[in-house]
Amino acid sequence: MATYTYPRYAYVPPPELVLKPGGPQTAPVLIVGAGLVGLTLALDLALKGIPVTVLDEDDTVSIGSRSICQAKRTLEIWHRLGVADRMVAKGVTWDQGEVLLGDEPLYRFDLQPEPGHRFPAFINLQQYYCEQYLVERCIAEDKVDLRFLSKVVGVRPGDEYVEVDVQTPDGVYQIRGQWLVACDGVRSPVRTMLGLPYEGEVFDDQFLIADIRMTADLPNIRRYWFYPPFHPTDSVLLHRQADNVLRVDFQLGRDADAEEEKKPANIDRRLRMMFGPDARWEHEWSSVYKFSCRAMPRFVNGRVIFAGDAAHVVSPFGARGGNSGVEDADNLGWKLALLIEGRASASLLASYDKERGAAARENIRQSTRSTDFITPKFPAARLLRDAALSLARDFPFARAMVNSGRLSRPVAYAESPISSPDDIMATWDVAAPAPGMPLPDAPLLDATRGEVWLTEAVAGRFAVLSFAERASSLDGAMARAIVDMADDIPGFRPILITRDRSGAPDGWTTVIDKSGLAARRCDARDGTTYLVRPDQYVAARARRLHDSWVLAALKRATS
Amino acid sequence: MSTLKSDLNLASPDDIYNLIVDAHKSLSREQSEKLNAALVLLLANHVGDEAVIRAAVAAARKSLSA
Repeated sequence: MATYTYPRYAYVPPPELVLKPGGPQTAPVLIVGAGLVGLTLALDLALKGIPVTVLDEDDTVSIGSRSICQAKRTLEIWHRLGVADRMVAKGVTWDQGEVLLGDEPLYRFDLQPEPGHRFPAFINLQQYYCEQYLVERCIAEDKVDLRFLSKVVGVRPGDEYVEVDVQTPDGVYQIRGQWLVACDGVRSPVRTMLGLPYEGEVFDDQFLIADIRMTADLPNIRRYWFYPPFHPTDSVLLHRQADNVLRVDFQLGRDADAEEEKKPANIDRRLRMMFGPDARWEHEWSSVYKFSCRAMPRFVNGRVIFAGDAAHVVSPFGARGGNSGVEDADNLGWKLALLIEGRASASLLASYDKERGAAARENIRQSTRSTDFITPKFPAARLLRDAALSLARDFPFARAMVNSGRLSRPVAYAESPISSPDDIMATWDVAAPAPGMPLPDAPLLDATRGEVWLTEAVAGRFAVLSFAERASSLDGAMARAIVDMADDIPGFRPILITRDRSGAPDGWTTVIDKSGLAARRCDARDGTTYLVRPDQYVAARARRLHDSWVLAALKRATS
Repeated sequence: MSTLKSDLNLASPDDIYNLIVDAHKSLSREQSEKLNAALVLLLANHVGDEAVIRAAVAAARKSLSA
């Protein structure tokens, strides 16, 4: 008996087939695929006031064992959309990983050693739960038109709009979008229909995934074994998931017989060696897979934009698949919204291509390295890998070379066309967020809401973030000029982070940095100011608040 | 005179590790062994400190029985 009952969402005959309007309707944004990425983008756009139509070929959520490790950055994004707390409550929270050689722990790593963050480094939650919570949130949102059993079978890109043919139980209809975002997965039918390239490297090693339901007293950590006694030739990865489901990945090598390995008796034999004679489990899901690292050369193709696995795919070691797809949606949503509102130039989309293209290349680079460490490609590589492993017992330096997956972190957009460079005279701590990096989190106090987090304070729209030890020390004329500017920009927020709110300027949201963590993580002094993008990335920073500097940085960030 | 460093002394350990692995790409087994030998001698000369090299040799031998 499986732990999860797949929901069936209602198919509603579309107005195009019921009302038969004169011609195809044009939605501002058409999203193909109601997976993690499409649903995240739909919600983000809807909350920014942009109506979206989402087309999905089936009527349920993701089947089987797919994305399970949801990263801190993903949770911050989902929190903005109102679904992260539900996921954290259901999922298994973890910050630490353990690497073992044989049956001996080599070392542990802590992905978030310092407290003071709204979210943990990771939760493990099955993709079907994440999608279910996102779907339920979308259904509650008027501006999301979510259409199930609606398969896109034709795509015609044009200069003014993209028209698609949608197949439903009631027949085929046409609908247009000013923009079409293909979030339709690794086999993307939209990409295939348009004949766009998707190239990369295929790996020969095979892995067995076994998701089992087992009540076991296991710590909430990621564990990776090299040469464990229960699987002496290769490596094994173990994660806990919600509902007492464990996910075990057995490395099988290149020559394994996938059909043999998939037989329940053979899976049980492997699990018996791992968990011992007394353990009892039930099977949830199993499969044998190989993986590949591929990417499209361009994610923006006229009015058709690709995001998530449709645009790029990596090996699973590092949890960089689902998380990078959600980051794509986060990067794209505000840019599309500004374009549709007429508040940005079309060239802003080039920054999506540039920033997320760089992120995809970095994710592929990292996951390829992890894969090469886990599955050495030639004898000398294996010798070096095994030397690093055996030195790692006694030598901390070698632990840093052991690579069982470098876990997903948001990628810095080092060469972003919409970032403003630092003043060459200003000096910054290397750990502080430079333009093109996400703002760190920190606990703050708000006069009305009580505890609030830095990532919550700046979410969704552009924000000017200024620091002052005492609120009264902020330059009054500049503070007023920023407020005047903010009046012309919907949702634009000036925020003052201080220790002493007395004399705070009018029109600014003032928050108290009691712990001093926000100031420390942003390397802030009196007057230090960040311009933060709607996706919580830093667009620009300066040591002094100045309205003309803010205007220039804002202009650059929207063009 | 210094002692053998056991803590990380590289800014980007993944880069250095992959640099060495990639140096072996498309080499035969014998060529790989020659490359390793040459690399050891070059690095030993660069380190220069006999006590450090002795400690490294001992640690490497010990790792064989691990």
